Formats: sequence, C-alpha cells, structure tokens
Amino acid sequence: MTRKQKKMLFLALRYVLLLMMLVFILSPALWLFSTAFKGQQEILMGVPSFIPEEPTFDNFIAAFTEQSIFRSAGNSLFVSISAAVMTVLLSVPAAYVLARFKGAASKIVLGWAILAQMVPFILIIIPLYLIVIKAGFYNNLLGLILVYTVWSLPYALWMLRNFIMAIPVELEESASMDGASRLQVIRSIIAPLLVPGLVVTTAFAFINSWNEFFFALVLIRDPEIAPLSLLIVRFIGANEGVRLGPLAATALVATIPSVIAFAFLQKRLSGALIGGAVKG
Amino acid sequence: MNKSKSRNMAQTMLLLPAVLPVIFFSVAPIGYGLFLAFTNARAGNNLQFEFTGLENFQRLMSDTPFLESLRIGIVWAVSVTLIGLFVSLFFAVLLNGDFPGRSFFRSLAVIPWAIPPVVIALMWLLVYEPTSGLLNAVLTESGAIDKNISWLIQPGFAMPAAILVGVWATIPQTTLVILAALQGVPRELEEAASIDRANVFGVFKVATWPSIKRIVYAIATLDFISAFNNFSIVFILTDGSPGGAIRLPAIFAYQQAFEFGDFGYASAVGVAMILVMSVSIALAFRVIARGGEKAND
Repeated sequence: MTRKQKKMLFLALRYVLLLMMLVFILSPALWLFSTAFKGQQEILMGVPSFIPEEPTFDNFIAAFTEQSIFRSAGNSLFVSISAAVMTVLLSVPAAYVLARFKGAASKIVLGWAILAQMVPFILIIIPLYLIVIKAGFYNNLLGLILVYTVWSLPYALWMLRNFIMAIPVELEESASMDGASRLQVIRSIIAPLLVPGLVVTTAFAFINSWNEFFFALVLIRDPEIAPLSLLIVRFIGANEGVRLGPLAATALVATIPSVIAFAFLQKRLSGALIGGAVKG
Repeated sequence: MNKSKSRNMAQTMLLLPAVLPVIFFSVAPIGYGLFLAFTNARAGNNLQFEFTGLENFQRLMSDTPFLESLRIGIVWAVSVTLIGLFVSLFFAVLLNGDFPGRSFFRSLAVIPWAIPPVVIALMWLLVYEPTSGLLNAVLTESGAIDKNISWLIQPGFAMPAAILVGVWATIPQTTLVILAALQGVPRELEEAASIDRANVFGVFKVATWPSIKRIVYAIATLDFISAFNNFSIVFILTDGSPGGAIRLPAIFAYQQAFEFGDFGYASAVGVAMILVMSVSIALAFRVIARGGEKAND
C-alpha cells in the first residue's frame, strides 16, 4: 500500500468514527425535534423515524395556547437578562483590577470559582432559602436574579480578567502619559476593545440562568412566576396524561434562547475558560 | 495619604461590587450550611436549633437509605467520569488535526452543551419512553428485542440508562478541554515518536499522553465532582418512577431538607458528600501516582 493510499484509508476511518460519534450525540436531540412536529397518533405508534409522516404545528399551537408557557418564557427572559447584565456590570471593575494588578486576589477568585463548584448544592441552598425568606424575596423573581448573579460572578470575573489581560497594557500607559485619567483611559480605550469579551461573558451568564432549575425549584412556589425550566419539570412531574408532543414543543422553544446565546460564545469558550490554565 | 495607599483604596473600591455579593450570598451561606450540619435545625417559621455535635453523622452511619444513595452516587459518578473520559479522549483525538470538515464536526460536537439540563433529561425520557421511545422502536425494528423494555424502571437497566445520559452530557466540555490540550502538543514531539514507533497507539503513549495527562486528570476530577453532585438530570429522569428511582446523594439530601424539613440532617449529608469526594479523589491520585512509578521502573 502506498503512502497516499494509507493516508486516504486513515481519513476514511476518521470520518466513519466521527459519524458514529455524531449519531450518538445528535440522535436524542433530533428525536426531540421530530417529536415536536409529529401528531399524537404518530408519536404513540413509536415508529423509529426522524422525519414526521405528516409534519404539524399542532404541538406548538397546543403549547402556546396555554397561557402559562408565554408567561414562563417571559419570566425566564426577565430573570436571565437581568442576572446577566447585573453580573457583567458588577464584575467589570473587579476584573480590571485583577487583570492589571498582580496579587493574591486573582488566585482567590479562581480558587473560589472552582471550590464553589465542588460544594454540594444542599449546603448552599438551605442557607440561601433562609436568607431569601428573611429578605422577603421568597417566591419572588428578584430573589432568583440575586442568586443567579452571585452564582455567575466568579466565572464572569475570571473570563473578563482573561479578556482584559489580552489588551496590551502599553495602550493604557501611552494614553495616561498624554494626561488622560485612569477612568478616561478605561472608557475610551479599554471599553471598546472589551466589547467581544463583554458579549461572551453576558452570553455565558445568560445561559447559566436560563438553564438553571434547582434554585428555582426551591425558591419559587407559584406557577405564575415559574421560569420555563421549572414549568417543564412540573409538566413532566405531572406524568399521567401528559401529551409528549406539546411537551417536546415546549422543550424545543426553551432551547432556542440558550442556543442563540451559545452561538455567541462557542468559538471563544474554550479559550475563555481554560486559556490561562493551559498556558500556565 | 501617600500615593500607594490611595491606589490600594481605589483597587479595593473597584473590587467590592463583585466581591461583596459573593461573600454575602455564597461564601457566608456555605459557611452557615457547614455549621447547620452540626445542629438539629428544622424547617419552620422560626428557625430554632441546638448544637448537637456529631449526632447527625452518627445517624448517617446507620441510615441504610443514605448509605445506599452513597453507593449509587459513587457507581454513577465513577462510571460517568471514566466512560465519559474515554469517549471524549477518543473523540478529541479524532477531531484533532487537519482534515476537511473539521470545524463542522467540532461545532456539532458541542451541541449538548447548549441544551438546558432540563431539556436533556426530557430528551432522553423520550428516547427511553417504553411504548413510543426511540430506543425500543429501533431495537424492535431490528429484531433485537420482542418486548418493550422500561429502561428507567426495570432493575438492571435503570442505572446503565442513567449513566448513558450522564456520559452524553459530559462529552462536550471534556472533549473541548482535551482538544485544546491536544493542540498544545508540539508537532515535532509526535513526529519524532512516529519514527521510532510504528503504530498510532505507540505514538500516543510516548508523545501525546505525557503532554496532555495533567489537563486530562484535571478535567476528570471536575467531571467526577459534578457527576457526584448531580441533581437535575437524574432527578428529572427518574422522578415519579416507583421502583427504579436512582437516588443520588444530592436527591437524598434534597428530600431530607424540603420534604421532611430536616435542615440539619440534610446539611450533614452535604458535608458527608464533600468527605466522600475528597477521599475518592485522593485515592484516585494515589493510584495514578503508583501507576506512574511502575511505568517508570
């Protein structure tokens, strides 16, 4: 076998194996997608086909004529956007300090982001539940916004710090020699260059909140203010008599904002999260 | 005030907006949670409790359902981590390198990452659904089974079925991290090795693996922690199924706290989980270190 043939064989093998992996990764997602467009009859027959025989929007219509889905999606959007904006606003100044002034603080922030991930949720949720009740935020979206903001902060700090570090410090120094104050420097030089970093971090914090459901399960009682993820869980929990079609349609709708936000950060995600770690 | 002092002040002022909320709503609550583990706190209008020392932990030691949930948690977390790691490593190696369609495959590979855990669980519920699910339909069609299987309920099937979902959900992050590590491996190293070693596995072992193993261990540790702490996916997958509930430690703790109102006891479960994780991770790294010594002999 020549070298070229061998190379072709390897390439073919690579594609076959990659396709097998993709089938494993994509088939559950495609199954949800196709279920959302299948009629009740077809769903119950259990035909292993990804293409609906008679594609229909009935499931979406059924899902959306129930007022609660609109309302829940609105709740989720409100909570996630507020939490994402809050997270970024609070972390920009601190991230700047962490990036520009070397010290122990940076290590503590990263350490905390990792440590907090290790802690079983139960140790956080009981005290938070007590605090939120005391503060009068139980069963209130404000409580959820607060919790989500705090939860995303360490990651946001870390990501923004990496982005700021990528902006050459010389740019700032030359500006301050021209007599600009530090604040002016930040506004006119750092801010514009930081836009991609801000977009990525906002998207990240948005996804964090949009996808979350455990805190909501504990902190929100009334269905009127339940976020979408919690609504879906309650639907599933109601079990008997649940029609899978509308449920699949709702889940599909719940995935869209997350996927859109993800598209913004996908390319830069691995760099933002582990860039420092790999080099260091 | 001299200059360096005022600069320190300014830095602190900039740090506070981010640091204060984290201290008040994350660091302090966790500290409080750890403290509650040594009390008999119960849910109620007025939280009253007494310090009870190690009483909760003594109770845990003889609480069969808790010990069972620990066992299930370890089986689940170890399986998800090891299988997930193996699959992701394989996947990352396939995705690494220059070939047509590379970025297409890469962006498809991270799809599960963008899907909310609630939807992931629902998706797999639809796959495992006994009468109309994808899995039974495919297996029946191909003649592998002649009777539908209740994947998430029948003993013997429930655990592997849940592990598969866990693995599926772990793949994107793990693959992406390993892929990033692979891209940091110097080309020359692999080329040099491929002159001595005839096959791909030999090259991987002597050139690639030593360069990426630190990152692989790190991501495996994080995967193990998040699997052992998992709540969402398994809670939704098995909630409401009578016989086959896979009660992970986090689910057990949640029930103690929010179904039985036993805040102190539930917190003790949390502390016990930290201990079990720490010991498991320490053990794993010892085994790895031993293996390393042997390989060097």
